Amino acid sequence: MSNSYYNDQDLAKFGQISEYQKEMGDKFFSWYGAVFAEGALTAREKSLIALAVAHAVQCPYCIDAYTQDTLQKGCTEEQMMEAVHVAGAIRGGATMVHGVQMINKAKKLSM
Amino acid sequence: MSDLKLRPFKFKSTHDQVQFLENPEFESVSFADKLKSSNLYPLKPTGIDILQINVGKMCNQTCHHCHVDAGPTRKEKISQDHMQMCVEIVKSNKIKTVDLTGGAPEMHPHFRDFVRELKMAGAHIINRCNLTILLAHKSYADLPDFFKEYQVEIVSSLPHFSKRHTDRQRGDGVFEKSIMGLKLLNKAGYGLKNSSLKLNLVYNPSGSFLPGSQQELENEFKKQLFKDYGIEFHNLYCITNMPISRYLEYLLTTDNYESYMTTLVNAYNPAAAKGVMCRNTISVSWDGSLYDCDFNQMLDLKVEPKNSQSLKTFNLEDLLSRNIKLGQHCFGCTAGSGSSCGGVTS
Repeated sequence: MSNSYYNDQDLAKFGQISEYQKEMGDKFFSWYGAVFAEGALTAREKSLIALAVAHAVQCPYCIDAYTQDTLQKGCTEEQMMEAVHVAGAIRGGATMVHGVQMINKAKKLSM
Repeated sequence: MSDLKLRPFKFKSTHDQVQFLENPEFESVSFADKLKSSNLYPLKPTGIDILQINVGKMCNQTCHHCHVDAGPTRKEKISQDHMQMCVEIVKSNKIKTVDLTGGAPEMHPHFRDFVRELKMAGAHIINRCNLTILLAHKSYADLPDFFKEYQVEIVSSLPHFSKRHTDRQRGDGVFEKSIMGLKLLNKAGYGLKNSSLKLNLVYNPSGSFLPGSQQELENEFKKQLFKDYGIEFHNLYCITNMPISRYLEYLLTTDNYESYMTTLVNAYNPAAAKGVMCRNTISVSWDGSLYDCDFNQMLDLKVEPKNSQSLKTFNLEDLLSRNIKLGQHCFGCTAGSGSSCGGVTS
């Protein structure tokens, strides 16, 4: 990924975001760790959610990170692709549901 | 896939592999320095509880990640003289556990006699069974009953509960045969809840990544294998793939070597380092040489004491006071929760 805004080696430098604002960075990473720890949801379920969200927000770093993380947690490619479809369905659904707004407006404006 | 010497693998000798792995261009941190920072250098043994014996390199499978480079074309096997020496060493040094590995240990023509004698010598025996051997020939069909008779603990590789992941690592058709093998072991009483016949599975990542949480993977394996096949087992051991032999070839040919090594180094865990298996194990090769672990064996890095490098000259005191030989590949055993033949180390 040379000459690009995205560089895959930057993923390993994620910790550097604490530079200039160490306290806030430390708080972020502490909170981030807590979010992904085993809780009411398993760490495996959280990783699949993260993979889906990574696609929804189209973050290449997050896609790399959570593809690896879900594989490490024993997820199958079928499970991972289903998660991506969930992200796609929500994004597609979010577009389509606005069709109701279009219909409402069209009806209001039309005779 | 055949053995590495027959293929265009970059390294024709174990010496070449070691030189490549120790190249400071790739790693800014040496494993020895990491141990120093954890006050574990030089790394010393805590005892010799396990004698791990690699009885030979012949195997009915040719797995893509195999650090032994085992397969049907390999002929190396331990002699009966060396087997007898192992029995004497177990007896005279009161070694609690013997861990038999290969290749497929069961393919050694004197495997069963060896198990009987080791049992008589008082050892608990672990056999690393690849599962498919149970179906490879009718002469192996009674192995589950044989194992049961001598209370042999079975440790078997199954990289995943999905056919795709397992076959990708261990060869086409291996998953289905492994499932059949597990059913035969369950039928003999192995792996069942409350059974003393121990059946443990080994998970190796089928790719360039580390294993996740052992407990979480064990829960998932248990759920999926019981739901789909009615299979039961006791524990799942997560083992990290070592960057040597066939797995090193895979890392290099897929351009994953640097990122994998970086992952291993970054995941160094002092708690895992404290519990590495070389601290309570001696590894024996088919030719009677002694090593700190099976991985050092495959890199031909013999134990340090020059006067105790073979079964013939086995000396408990020398071995207990030795410095364990280290290399960059050792980062494989200390990453994350750690890795050993018995799973995580922390």
